[in-house]
Amino acid sequence: MANFKVVGKPIRRFDALSKAVGATLFADDFKMPGMLHGKVLRSPYPSARIVRIDPSRARALPGVVCVLTAADIGYAKMVADIPGQTGQRERPRSETPVLAWDRVRYKGEAVALVAAETEEIAERALELIDVEYEPMPGVFDPLEAMKPGAPVVFEPDNIVARWRIRKGDIEAGFAAADLIIENTYRVPFVEHAYLEPEAGVAWVDERGVINIRVSTQVMEHFRTVARTLGIPQNRVRIQGAFAGGGFGGKEDITVEVFLALLALHTRRPVRLVYTREESILAHSKRHPYIMRYRTGVKRNGRITALRVELIADSGAYPYLSPYVSLYSTVVATGPYRIDNVWVDTVAVATNNPFTSAFRGFGGPQPCFAYERQMDEIARALGMDPLEVRRINYLRTGDTTATGQVIHSAALLEESARRALEALGERTPDRGPIRVGRGFASYMQPYGRLMWLHDTSQAWVGLELDGTVVIRCGAPDPGGGQLSSLCQIASEVLGVPLENVVAYTPDTALTPLAGTTTATRQLYMSGNAVLQAATAIRKTLLDRASKYFEEDPEDLDLADGRVFVKNDPDRSMPLPDLIRICAAEGLPLSHLAMFKAPFRDPIDPETGQGDVFPDFTFGAFAVEVAVDTETGLIEVLKSAACHDVGRAINPAAVIGQIQGGSHQGLGYALMENLIVENGEIRTPSLSEYLIPTSVDYPTTQVILLESGTGLGPFGAKGIGEPAITPVAAAVANAVSDALGVPIRELPITPERVLKALGKL
Amino acid sequence: MEPKLITLKINGRTHQVALKPNVTLLRALRDLGYTDVKNGCEKGDCGACAVLLNGRPVNSCLVLAWQADGAEVLTAAGLGTVDRPHPIQEALADSGGVQCGFCIPGIVVVAKALLDRNPNPTEEEIREAISGNLCRCTGYSLIVEGIQRIAESKESSESPEAKSNKAPTL
Ligand code: FES
Ligand code: FES
Repeated sequence: MANFKVVGKPIRRFDALSKAVGATLFADDFKMPGMLHGKVLRSPYPSARIVRIDPSRARALPGVVCVLTAADIGYAKMVADIPGQTGQRERPRSETPVLAWDRVRYKGEAVALVAAETEEIAERALELIDVEYEPMPGVFDPLEAMKPGAPVVFEPDNIVARWRIRKGDIEAGFAAADLIIENTYRVPFVEHAYLEPEAGVAWVDERGVINIRVSTQVMEHFRTVARTLGIPQNRVRIQGAFAGGGFGGKEDITVEVFLALLALHTRRPVRLVYTREESILAHSKRHPYIMRYRTGVKRNGRITALRVELIADSGAYPYLSPYVSLYSTVVATGPYRIDNVWVDTVAVATNNPFTSAFRGFGGPQPCFAYERQMDEIARALGMDPLEVRRINYLRTGDTTATGQVIHSAALLEESARRALEALGERTPDRGPIRVGRGFASYMQPYGRLMWLHDTSQAWVGLELDGTVVIRCGAPDPGGGQLSSLCQIASEVLGVPLENVVAYTPDTALTPLAGTTTATRQLYMSGNAVLQAATAIRKTLLDRASKYFEEDPEDLDLADGRVFVKNDPDRSMPLPDLIRICAAEGLPLSHLAMFKAPFRDPIDPETGQGDVFPDFTFGAFAVEVAVDTETGLIEVLKSAACHDVGRAINPAAVIGQIQGGSHQGLGYALMENLIVENGEIRTPSLSEYLIPTSVDYPTTQVILLESGTGLGPFGAKGIGEPAITPVAAAVANAVSDALGVPIRELPITPERVLKALGKL
Repeated sequence: MEPKLITLKINGRTHQVALKPNVTLLRALRDLGYTDVKNGCEKGDCGACAVLLNGRPVNSCLVLAWQADGAEVLTAAGLGTVDRPHPIQEALADSGGVQCGFCIPGIVVVAKALLDRNPNPTEEEIREAISGNLCRCTGYSLIVEGIQRIAESKESSESPEAKSNKAPTL
């Protein structure tokens, strides 16, 4: 299949038109007869003891059907560990109370649930639940939280996770250096701000199964729901609606457990939808980090040693902080070949909003640090920033800091060069307006940690009329995951794209395919669909080979026909061949399981081992104009160049990259979830600003297709990598414009003026 | 205050509904089943709830239903359907500007209002027009390109009925 017919074409996604005419039903667009409305009572304090909870006044309110506190649900706890279909060992201390009973650890923590006949009544009921709190001292800074005597968020101490890498001889590495560059970098809390707030509806069906139709990235949460409620796993069904964005914020459980509890206690359908403010209060955030980098380098630009200390604010509960901080640890060196590496990472509990997955999963934060550091090295040595990087870039066959060999293409130099070239002529300075340029390279894994033993399943079947059905439990939060699966089946089976249907995920109907996280769906489920379709193709061609008396290799499938390759007039419509196969009892459907490579966990003392299946590499380049009088920054041009391995649907890939670029520009220049003493000071979309259509110009996208990825047809993942290098590149461009280094995000006018010594 | 009977003309259909004064047009529309009008914030910050009120784009979460009594309301679903999409809807689907799609119905009606008063907008004018519609997925570029394509093909004034008579697709 060297010449693709469908793969590689910028096709219209099957879900696009339905969304454009407003016909797609999202999680909140779905009503059930007799449906109740749920609401959640949340803590107004970031740290407090709960003295008393009295729901009796709320229960007495007409129209209230159910009020639940921790006492009513057996003080249930939820395991907020890495979600998925695998049976990996659980981390200690990954439990989170469903409803708080003795103390609250962050502002917004859930304390009680209500279900009522109308939303208004449910809201009134919340006000009638009497909760007596006794505020306790909290801790709001990870450095403070590590000090002896600091308030302990949960026992025994505030350390949520530690990771380390020990490679080579760090002392010898620094001794061999001509120059040592040492800096501290800081990044803020960031809000996902998907346009669709968390939403779902749940009901108990005639079999006693709890059905939850929800906006989620993870179907496998049915297991967590079952475990939390103490019921069998086959009694919970999740139906995944098309989600209005996720970006990692819908990776952890959101409304599912609350909905299941309310539906079970009322035996009526219940709807629960967060307001925007509640969404910002209730779901995870991107981790703020403090990152200390110490790099030893030879005069010729070769890095001899790197010592990194990463401190992540995990907020009030661990959620995925242990894993996010592991990702940061693994990529802390950036895409560079460094023999002597020492990394110490710690994730620390505070009474701040909890942090967890967000597009890039711990990748963008260290990228800001390692790529700023590379520019600082270039400056100190008087070298070209690309040249310093070129000398140190990882190449295929090299080993990473954890000792993992890179097997795929590492088109680092080419991507950086192409992105820079795309910026074209340099815009001249104008009076106080200084123009600067910068770029950043990166490495970002796709696929999950290999010790999670990740799998994905897909079922592909041919109907008698030659149409195709795909059943695959892959949630689609907007990336076009399901549409890409259709393209793959269409390509392999030679069936026109419009004759392929992929169902939205439903644990009752679609085989489990794992999470839409970790840039894994195209890689994992794409391969599962490829395997299933290939098995059916083999059945078809084997049978056709008898009919045509030709070798199966000399036959092909295209445009709904089977034909002899060097004599295409000898052909048969696919439905005719299918009828023959069906009459003979040949299987016309196939359930495939794709397995990522399995490995054992890394050595906890040295961090050595294979961690991820593979990495995506690329670069982002940007030109900015900085007004040295006002501190305002204008993005003039930007370009992203990534090796995507193979673009299955180039239109979707470009959309992912432009969307990720825009999020990255927001991260660089405007996004800042301000948290003071555990309180979010920017709890709405008028206070927490995300980029609008007038803030930044179009990012040019350059696709490299090495064909060396582990995904179908050599694809790599691009969902998360799209954002990773952006903020670093902007910071480099601003530093270039000003001639002074930027070490903290976001780069607000105030920070610019401070950097210039004007404030 | 007591509910009042009001008349809402939505996508050419007339509804008589008794509503309390504090009910927003967004809530009224969604309760009547116009779920293409999305609730992204209920504060006027995101544009997901945008509709045309007598031809002018408004955030329906900021309009009280009573204020729309007797007025013509047009939502994205009223502009076209999967079988007979409006050219703007077709263009957005083709351009790749639809990802999660939650922002799209609002953008569709705002784009319609723009093209009605300015059939040949520049890129800047398009960006300005949709600047009240947040999109977290696309970075806006492919949305802007899609709208531009319409302007270029000058089809925006043509009614969907006139465009094609092909049989409904499944
Ligand atoms: S829902 Fe109306 S502007 Fe956001
Ligand atoms: S496509 Fe997702 S918010 Fe616009």
